[in-house]
Amino acid sequence: MTVLDEGIARPHAPEHVSRWVTVHAWATTVDHKKLGVMYIASALVFFLIAGLEASLMRIQLAVPNNDFLPPNTFNRMFTMHGTTMVFLVGMPMFFGFGNYLTPLMIGARDLAFPRLNAFGFWLFLFGGLLLYFSFLGGDGLYGAGTAPDVGWFAYAPLTGRAFSRGNSTDYWILGILVSGLGSTATALNLATTIFCARCPGMTWSKLPVFVWLMLINCLLTLVILTPLTAAQVMLLFDRFLGAQFFDTQAGGSAVLWQHFFWFFGHPEVYVLIIPAFAIASEIVPVFSRKPLFGYPFMIGATVTIAFISLSVWAHHMFVVGLSASANTFFAASTMLIAVPTGIKIFNWLGTMWGGKIRFKMPMLWCTAFIFSFVIAGLTGVMLAIVPFDWQLSDSYFVVAHFHFVLIGGLLFNIFAAIYYWFPKVTGRMLDEKLGRLHFWVFATGFYVTFGTMHFPGLLGMPRRIYTFDAGRGWDLLNLICSLGVLVQAIGLCFFLWNVVRSLLRGEPAGDDPWDAWTLEWSTTSPPPEYNFESVPVVHSRRPLWDLKHPEDPDWKYE
Amino acid sequence: MVSVPGGWDSRESEGGRADVQRPRVARRVLAGAVVAVVAAGVSSALAENGAGGTLHPVPSMFAPVSSPAESIRELSFLVAAISAGIFLTVSGVLFWCVWRYRQQPGDDREPPQVYGSNPIEWAWTIVPVLIVLVLFLATARTINELQASEVPENALNVTIVGHQWWWEIRYPDLGVVTANELHLPVSSDAAKRPTYLTLESQDVIHSFWIPQLAGKTDVVPNRRNLMWVEPTVTGTFLGQCAEYCGTQHAKMLLRVIVHEPADFESWAASQKGASADAAAAGVDPAIAAAGRAVFERTACINCHTLDGTNADGRFGPDLSRLMSRTTIGAGAALNTPQNLRAWVDDPHQFKPGVLMPAMKLDDAELEQLTAFLLTLR
Repeated sequence: MTVLDEGIARPHAPEHVSRWVTVHAWATTVDHKKLGVMYIASALVFFLIAGLEASLMRIQLAVPNNDFLPPNTFNRMFTMHGTTMVFLVGMPMFFGFGNYLTPLMIGARDLAFPRLNAFGFWLFLFGGLLLYFSFLGGDGLYGAGTAPDVGWFAYAPLTGRAFSRGNSTDYWILGILVSGLGSTATALNLATTIFCARCPGMTWSKLPVFVWLMLINCLLTLVILTPLTAAQVMLLFDRFLGAQFFDTQAGGSAVLWQHFFWFFGHPEVYVLIIPAFAIASEIVPVFSRKPLFGYPFMIGATVTIAFISLSVWAHHMFVVGLSASANTFFAASTMLIAVPTGIKIFNWLGTMWGGKIRFKMPMLWCTAFIFSFVIAGLTGVMLAIVPFDWQLSDSYFVVAHFHFVLIGGLLFNIFAAIYYWFPKVTGRMLDEKLGRLHFWVFATGFYVTFGTMHFPGLLGMPRRIYTFDAGRGWDLLNLICSLGVLVQAIGLCFFLWNVVRSLLRGEPAGDDPWDAWTLEWSTTSPPPEYNFESVPVVHSRRPLWDLKHPEDPDWKYE
Repeated sequence: MVSVPGGWDSRESEGGRADVQRPRVARRVLAGAVVAVVAAGVSSALAENGAGGTLHPVPSMFAPVSSPAESIRELSFLVAAISAGIFLTVSGVLFWCVWRYRQQPGDDREPPQVYGSNPIEWAWTIVPVLIVLVLFLATARTINELQASEVPENALNVTIVGHQWWWEIRYPDLGVVTANELHLPVSSDAAKRPTYLTLESQDVIHSFWIPQLAGKTDVVPNRRNLMWVEPTVTGTFLGQCAEYCGTQHAKMLLRVIVHEPADFESWAASQKGASADAAAAGVDPAIAAAGRAVFERTACINCHTLDGTNADGRFGPDLSRLMSRTTIGAGAALNTPQNLRAWVDDPHQFKPGVLMPAMKLDDAELEQLTAFLLTLR
């Protein structure tokens, strides 16, 4: 283990340096750790904005025939909420944790292309700002609309010039296109790093699961962003150059857009959730005090998921009128993807089985994740049953399902990751008591809102409606959903307060507060700019276990 | 509950009727939620007889009244049972681990380090594959049973055209055109009569969904989709557009009125022939005639069709038998004289963003035009 001089180890600027020098240092940095923190911090800000948009929608839907939001504003809110959460929260969280942790876990000093890394981050951020600038500039010359109101899926021909005047849809296209270029750059960068910059001894079979999953995810990202970008460019051609790819009035195809979009869109869901799997696969073993059960099967299952995810896209299109044989094929592929996903859950349970589980904050969130994800997976299988999907598709049941995936799956693990790695990043622990308040209040609110939300869907309530009539069986259920949001917001306040308080006067963490096993815990907290004084050499998947247990090292068994 | 014909409407529901209805529905819904998926019957018994028969206000997919919706419910029960079994098993193991393997106070020794087990991995791969196989076979069978291919001889053909934000309904074999309210004959074992719906769109993608009759099918421009329903119970059933289609997606409502075969025939007959009948409407013929003149000289005729006038627009609903419909604005309001007048005055007060402009008529013209519209039955 490397012990470093305190003055070199801490990247904080010394006291006498002016604030502008610090800002300049962050703005011009090419350090993967600073960029990682900037990714995560920007994602958190966008998360709060998108959460606010969701809250406004839930206020509108709390009671029937509400007129809190006008219809167009409501439509903008769900468009911006979805777009933000997917492209400006989920993706940067993936790149943030990938950026910060990958070099540390593989014993590297930085990513392969540090400048490209900074370029990718700024493209993402300015893409996001461009999207939000539409609130001011979306009027364009026509005075029609501000923020985009075509949904995050932007189905043609609603996005055509005839139905979407003004420039709001153009802001949607360009904002996402720009941040997508950033994602491509960073995915390429991370993948290259994992291929080329592993420390001596870190063969493919000794790579931490987190890094393996990041690699798979980067490759998947590179494959799927292409059709999205292509479709967006085609849409720009339609809107500005008189092309007719999606213009149904001129013989274009509305279904073509859906194929392009979902060929990106469904694997995208896995791009969002695989980092969550990566996080859980690090945290569950450390807090169960056992190595991950079935390492090769976990990697194999993820590779399988990535491959199958490229052939399930049309399950978003079961109601569009595909042929019976196409529907049957996509039902089969979609159900099949449940198998490797199940294997992952069983392996986490296998890891916990026989362990001595320490229910610190990261493990609490991961446990809640496993429970929620079982539910999300099962409702996902229901949606793969094509005839059942003919009823459920585009109803509130779907909304409940994917919020179980993205909150119960992704967000719970992001909280777990923040509690787990915050000490490494800042050198200070997050408070456990506030953490427990955050956990119980937020998780309760989540279950109240999204557990309940399945039922209005089963009772025929479609998505994306800004209001509904009284007496259709949806009134009370919607009120409960909306009240749950209030509970979640309170839980989130505990979290934010915890972060601010711990940053200022949290307990010092030390290098390895969790008694963990991967390389990032062998350097100081926070790590120095160059990460490791000397390049580490590893002999097993758990290099720090080997160091701590020289009498019973892992490499004897692997 | 009050027996307003087809009585469900945003504006009225602020009155007493909704207060009576809400707690009853709420309790039933809660009960449904507790029994998890079995929410059947939630919507069934909730109304009284009016012009459209029994109104079923809760469009629950677990209260099917038509063959496709019944098949889907059967399949969903199988899926729900399998899912419940998996859920109980997996979450049971999870809770067992949490309870049994949590760290005991003061126990800091490391547990035995276990790296995995190939037989166990194969076991929990093969079992899910088998479960998936069962689900897949059941799914494939139901897809082939339900997905419409050829239209049977005895079927009723209806063409549905989606518009921003209303439904055009055409019966090509009967020569009938209406909007937003689909009238169908009931099908019984003695006289089977399924209805085949051809779905087309005038502008953007919509989706046709009456949960109690069948699953939804998208209504896609430049494409023709086919779906079928076979209602076995008379009454009024509700649904609405299920694909986001712009500003007023929320108020693109649908109602289906299922009649006895004879009643259906007489309804279809009533939708043909001369329509304006001042005497039957109880309005002054002179005022109605003045209203007709207002109609013919304003922009109404650009968007609406009206038999016997020069109005042949296709952008808005056919008004020839406007008063035979229960609602206006695709379910935005009940079709009462007051609402009709207010709608013509400014439809945006019911449905902000609707494509029909406020007609800026003065009070006299409004009165005349409303009187004329009331004769269209």
